[in-house]
Amino acid sequence: MNYRNLRDLIRLAEKRGEKIGEIVIAVEAEQKDMTSEKVREEMVTVWRVMQASIRRGLAEENRSVSGLSGGDAKLVAKTKPSFLSRRILKAVAMALGVAEVNAAMGKIVACPTAGSCGIVPAALTEAANRLKLSEEDVILALFTAAGIGIVCSINASISGAEGGCQAECGVAAAMAAGALTELAGGTPKQVGHAAALCLSNMLGLVCDPVAGLVEVPCILRNAGALMQALLAAELALAGVESRIPVDEVIGAMDEIGKALPESLRETAQGGLANTPTGQKLNRDLPLD
Amino acid sequence: MGKADSVFEVIGPIMIGPSSSHTAGAVRIGQIAGAILSEPAVKAVIYLHGSYALTGKGHGTDKALVAGLLGFGAADERISKSLKIAKEKGLLVKFRRVDLGDDYHPNTARLLLQGNKGTNFEITAISVGGGNISVIELNGLPIKLSGEYYTLITIHKDQPGIVAQASEIIAKNNVNIATANVTRQRRGGLAVMAIEMDQPLPLEAVKQLEKVAQIVRFIQPVY
Repeated sequence: MNYRNLRDLIRLAEKRGEKIGEIVIAVEAEQKDMTSEKVREEMVTVWRVMQASIRRGLAEENRSVSGLSGGDAKLVAKTKPSFLSRRILKAVAMALGVAEVNAAMGKIVACPTAGSCGIVPAALTEAANRLKLSEEDVILALFTAAGIGIVCSINASISGAEGGCQAECGVAAAMAAGALTELAGGTPKQVGHAAALCLSNMLGLVCDPVAGLVEVPCILRNAGALMQALLAAELALAGVESRIPVDEVIGAMDEIGKALPESLRETAQGGLANTPTGQKLNRDLPLD
Repeated sequence: MGKADSVFEVIGPIMIGPSSSHTAGAVRIGQIAGAILSEPAVKAVIYLHGSYALTGKGHGTDKALVAGLLGFGAADERISKSLKIAKEKGLLVKFRRVDLGDDYHPNTARLLLQGNKGTNFEITAISVGGGNISVIELNGLPIKLSGEYYTLITIHKDQPGIVAQASEIIAKNNVNIATANVTRQRRGGLAVMAIEMDQPLPLEAVKQLEKVAQIVRFIQPVY
């Protein structure tokens, strides 16, 4: 058994009457010559690190070496929301917090990359709290997310240097959207639509980090991507379908990534990095 | 980063941030350099080239390289305090920004190391993305090793027989070779050999090679 795109994954899940996450576990176990139990256990370790990074992200200011980031997660966490629900704003704080922990040289799980490490943990923690899920459910959803990530890496890219921010925060959001949809009871097809709707809303996002550091705008993009994931899951669960099949959306991401000029692929030469303020922040950085 | 062929490549690795290439990769460069030195380092002069020189400070590349030299892994929370720990352990570290030219990868570090038994090494390595690295020069000789495998390294006088002897020892121990490369300064000069293997070599097999090579190192994977 194997899969190369989401159509494969959705078909396998439907045929076997299983969740996408279960297919992903079975394939991983088969390819790595491990038991499914062992594969699950490894993900439990990953989930524990994710949770620890959320705790640290909310508890500390987590100032980075450069001084460009830190403190926003705490600020958001203690704010009474004006528009979002209390819970969603808390999830936003979690996404920011994990990304701040990363910038402050703390321990995180790259998901799919270090720059996009806050999105999936925040989404799944919110889902676990809201839907009162067991750890087992969350672990399974992490495999669903991973399946989406693997498919993106095969058919497009999960590197900002290759495909821009859409390949990092965009893919993370699609992973989260699919996992959220499955956790809320969505069908494998709905998981695919959630990933497609989410990625469609993030296509074209460039990688333009100020001073080449994983801070501005990366940390705040984790929050934006989380909101896209929640929105896409909500839409898919309502029955909204992506007119463009998910694998074609991933193909579009690949095409767009290849068309992006090098200045907008993690080189800190264009976009926000190239604004007068971005350039000034770069010049003012301590070098020694 | 290319196609992921494991779940834990898209949800993982567990690492210290902020960057897989500038932090996790730098830790691995330090780890492998420390393993090649194979005695506690007392002095390290570290040259940073390209993006490592320009954005290394903000990415903690300096701390990551030193953490690796101290034997810490890419998920070790002591990385952010490694410069202080190095000082406490009597490791003197100096950083220099350098332009090695366009032929070198943007994420290149060159480490000049001195061990507590007086051994010296010059190691140049690159961080190629996703935390993956490659050692490209050893004491100025071109080499290629990734740190993903058990690795046998020799520096020896270029003469017939050494490669055959090494492969015989490896075969006798039923160890499978993943990659192998040999380069030399000039005919009859110094040569360097790196063999990456799927399984470890027993210590006595490594010892046998010490009779024919000036320097022999056996290194554990750093992943």
